[in-house]
Order: sequence, then structure tokens, then C-alpha cells
Amino acid sequence: MAYADDCDAPVTLKVLVAGGFGAGKTTFVGAVSEIEPLSTEELLSDLGSGADPLHGVEAKTTTTVALDFGRITLDDRHVLYLFGTPGQHRFWFLWEELCAGALGAVVIADTRRLADCFPAVDFFERRGIGFIVAVNEFDGCHRYTPDEVRDAVGLGPQVPVVRCDARLTSSGTVTLAALVRHLLCLSSTSTSSSMESGEA
Amino acid sequence: MRPYTASGGRTRPGVALDLLSRMTATGVRPRVPLGAEHTLALRLCAGAAALTVAELAGQLRLPATVVKVLLSDLMEYGAVMAQAPRFPGGGSFAADDQSLLLAVLDGLRRRL
Repeated sequence: MAYADDCDAPVTLKVLVAGGFGAGKTTFVGAVSEIEPLSTEELLSDLGSGADPLHGVEAKTTTTVALDFGRITLDDRHVLYLFGTPGQHRFWFLWEELCAGALGAVVIADTRRLADCFPAVDFFERRGIGFIVAVNEFDGCHRYTPDEVRDAVGLGPQVPVVRCDARLTSSGTVTLAALVRHLLCLSSTSTSSSMESGEA
Repeated sequence: MRPYTASGGRTRPGVALDLLSRMTATGVRPRVPLGAEHTLALRLCAGAAALTVAELAGQLRLPATVVKVLLSDLMEYGAVMAQAPRFPGGGSFAADDQSLLLAVLDGLRRRL
């Protein structure tokens, strides 16, 4: 079988973009990606093995879920891949596969439907996956302060809440940088013996 | 066409492929006649840079599961090879590689 096994291959960097329907995941991934925004779909029944039990979903063998995909080449050794997919409970087993090896996650929140991001927040908290909440600022919607969003979602003080405009490449890139800074903070607190502060 | 017709109704690839496995053509010509979707997938794999399964699925406009079946067929024919993703920490979740995270942060900042 033709398998390449190259230990010098670049590390695969994966970031997840989660949130409710219409929160701006597709827009966010499309804005930061260097390639045309791609959308594919996954067959849920194929992903169930080895993941959470699927009480009540077993019969839905043809259910598919849209998957947004983007790529950012940072340099010749580092390519960041982005996956955006809905954060509803019934898509959990897709998340199980996507979470394997992921660096961290951005949860996109729409303040008009804040509760839509709760499942994704729960999911990443339970698995200890580092994430930030990015409030997508839609035109004409009420602007909440990050602390108001933090209180409403019930986030701990350590989880950053940032504002973003999912349509803008620069805003999305700043959001990803905020995630990576957060991951650096998490790793420096978990390995407190190393003196790196994580702030570059 | 119904998408799963391309894979002959199969939803389980013969070879385990990750969405981020990178696929390249080997140059070996399959000895069996290929269907249109297999031919198109092989042509995309023969491009300049290795493409991930997710990207191939997007370009082929087929569900990732179907594309994994097509690609595993092509692997069995010896026509393409897969490079499995190499995640930090060897597959388990690990974001504690600070130098890696710093390199990512630098890369993102250069884009601003």
C-alpha cells in the first residue's frame, strides 16, 4: 500500500471554528483562508465508531453535515488548516474526529442568539481544548461588552472574549492570533517550570 | 448524479484516511479502467502540491466520505499515496509546544 512515512513532514496545524448556524463560521473561514472557501460534507454514520454513543441517531444513516475548510500557509514549515462546522450536539462525533490533534478552537458567537454557542463551549471545556469566544459583530445588532458576553455564556475569567468582524481577513487573523496567545498562556501555566511568559 | 454513486454506494474506505492526509499521485497508471470521479480525483492528486483529503473533497464537490473511498481505491491501484497528518504531540491533543505556537503566532502577525 502506498503510504508515505516522512518524519520530516511539516507539523499539521489544525484550528476548529465552531458556533451555531448562521453565526458566521463559513464567512470567518472564507475570509482568513488563502484558498477559495471550500465546503464539503461528512456522512455522520461513518464517524460514529469509537466516539460517543448515538442514542436515537442510529437510524439516520444518510445525515450529512456541512464542513467549511480553509488553509493558511504561514511559512514553508507551517500550514494552518481551519475546519468550521456546526456545534450542535448531534454533530458531536464529527467533532471527535476533528478534535484529534487540534491546536485549539474559536467559538463564534452571535449576540442575537448567544445560546447557540453554549454546546460548543461545553464541548471544548469538557475536553480541555483551549478556545476563545469571538463575538461576530453584525451590522445593526446591539453591541455587548466582552464581559457581558462572558457573564451570559458563563465563561471563566481565563477564557478570552474578543470582538471580530468575520467578513474581514485582518479581523479573522487577529482573532486567530488571540487564540494562539491564549494557548501560549495555557501552556506556560501548565508547564510553569519553564520561564517563558508566552508573550512574544 | 447522487454523490454516493461515485463510490458505488460504499461509505467505508478500504484504507483509513484523515481529512488532513495529504495525497500525491505516484505516476503509476492504474491497470483497470477508471470512472469519471476516480479520473478527476487522480488528476487533482497529480497537481503541483499535495492536497489534503478535505481540499480534494471541496474541489470535487463530493462528500468527504465518498472522496475517501475514491482515494483508497486509487491507493490500492498504486496510483496515489497518502501522507498521514503529523499532529503536535503525535495525535493526542497537545498545545504545549511553545516554540511551535510562537512560530504560528509570528506567521499570523506577518499577515497583518
